[in-house]
Amino acid sequence: MGLLSKKDSKLILDPLADNNPITIQVLGICSALAITAQLKPSIVMAISVVFVLSVGNVVISLMRNIIPSKIRIIVQLIVVATLVIIVDQVLKAFAYSLSKELSVFIGLIITNCIIMGRFEAFALANKPWQSFLDGIGNAAGYGLILIIVGFFRELLGSGTLFGFKVLGDSVEKTGLYAIGYENNGFMVLPPMALIVVGLIIWVQRSRNKELIED
Amino acid sequence: MAIDTEKNSYTIIFAIVMVLVVGSILAGLASGLKPLVDANKRFEKQQNILYAMGINANEGTSDVAFISTDKVEEEFTNTITKQYVIEGTKATENSEAYLIDIKKEETKAKDPNYTRKLPLFEGVKDGNPIYVIPIRGKGLWDAIWGFVAVDKSMTIQGVFFDHAGETPGLGAEIKQRYFMDDFAGEHLLNDAGVFKGINVAKGNADPKNERKSDNAVDAIAGATITGDGVTAMIMKDLKMYVPYFKTLN
Repeated sequence: MGLLSKKDSKLILDPLADNNPITIQVLGICSALAITAQLKPSIVMAISVVFVLSVGNVVISLMRNIIPSKIRIIVQLIVVATLVIIVDQVLKAFAYSLSKELSVFIGLIITNCIIMGRFEAFALANKPWQSFLDGIGNAAGYGLILIIVGFFRELLGSGTLFGFKVLGDSVEKTGLYAIGYENNGFMVLPPMALIVVGLIIWVQRSRNKELIED
Repeated sequence: MAIDTEKNSYTIIFAIVMVLVVGSILAGLASGLKPLVDANKRFEKQQNILYAMGINANEGTSDVAFISTDKVEEEFTNTITKQYVIEGTKATENSEAYLIDIKKEETKAKDPNYTRKLPLFEGVKDGNPIYVIPIRGKGLWDAIWGFVAVDKSMTIQGVFFDHAGETPGLGAEIKQRYFMDDFAGEHLLNDAGVFKGINVAKGNADPKNERKSDNAVDAIAGATITGDGVTAMIMKDLKMYVPYFKTLN
């Protein structure tokens, strides 16, 4: 790693696995349940959060010495809200059908606890470059789980990926459906996302015993 | 840092400056992107109107597919030959009728002296004139709206519904083809020529929707209130056009 020092690359890589915001810190669960019924919105949500969190972290970090501590939470909220409105407006102007599909979820980024959490815990006390890396890392760790959950939920729940019928046509009974396979309707519902996240946590902790708390 | 960030005066000044900066950034962005957003909204409306008329990119039993945004403007001007604004039984041609905001008209119409302006789009399909009427109503959580294409005798040729925030999987299904396709061929008037609307009914004796003159389509299970909303908006908004359609025949 010539570009990043060892400490810096840890900022990016840690949240991807051993300090993942969803599976270890259990933050940002609400949106992980809501939008992962399909793969496409999961990916768009992941990209949007990467943008909002990395830029937001840098903005907060640049302002860290001048933010009055009494109103710092409000200042953080304003920064997130501004960035989210920018994402929303840009999507409305350049990707209208996508913005209709995501509708309320883009607005919900504001309430994503990961964002406020990183602002408060990291950006307020660190330099812009480190904050940027931390933002990328945490948002990517969040996005990674979103995409894994979205992949399984769309595949098992609707038999499609990105809307393509990869398992055959459930109405016409082709492909896997011809031999009696059925979609699991339960996968499309939010509770199943929680169970999938639970399974990921299980797999992760059984591979790395150090993560298990007493 | 020499500034004392704990002082009250500093906190207040910081808050004011921050609000001003953020406010002007967002205002600038919103007005800069407005033309693009407005164009997208206009295309969407044109796509919806054309969809109700049966001009769309549906293939077989696929999901709802509109004609693409780069072709919609041209297709719209070619297909919709006339646009009217109806006041009472009097129709005046107005090429900007599709910009009429039904929601605002609805509010204005609460004044009994106000004659409501009703937009109507006329096009030609298979040699016969076809009319598209915009409708708007309430679902379970939020607004629902749509476009209904009818012929001269008020027989439905096609519909398009949309919603602001109905429950996914239940009320939100009104914009799925299996629900919208059922409306095609239904009669809005009964045999005696009286306006009956379309009843979105459960316990329908005709779930395959073979009887087209029964003024009813099969409801979506679990979406009773949204379905009732569809019934109500068809009843309320299409009724206002009946006097005009009587003059056509």
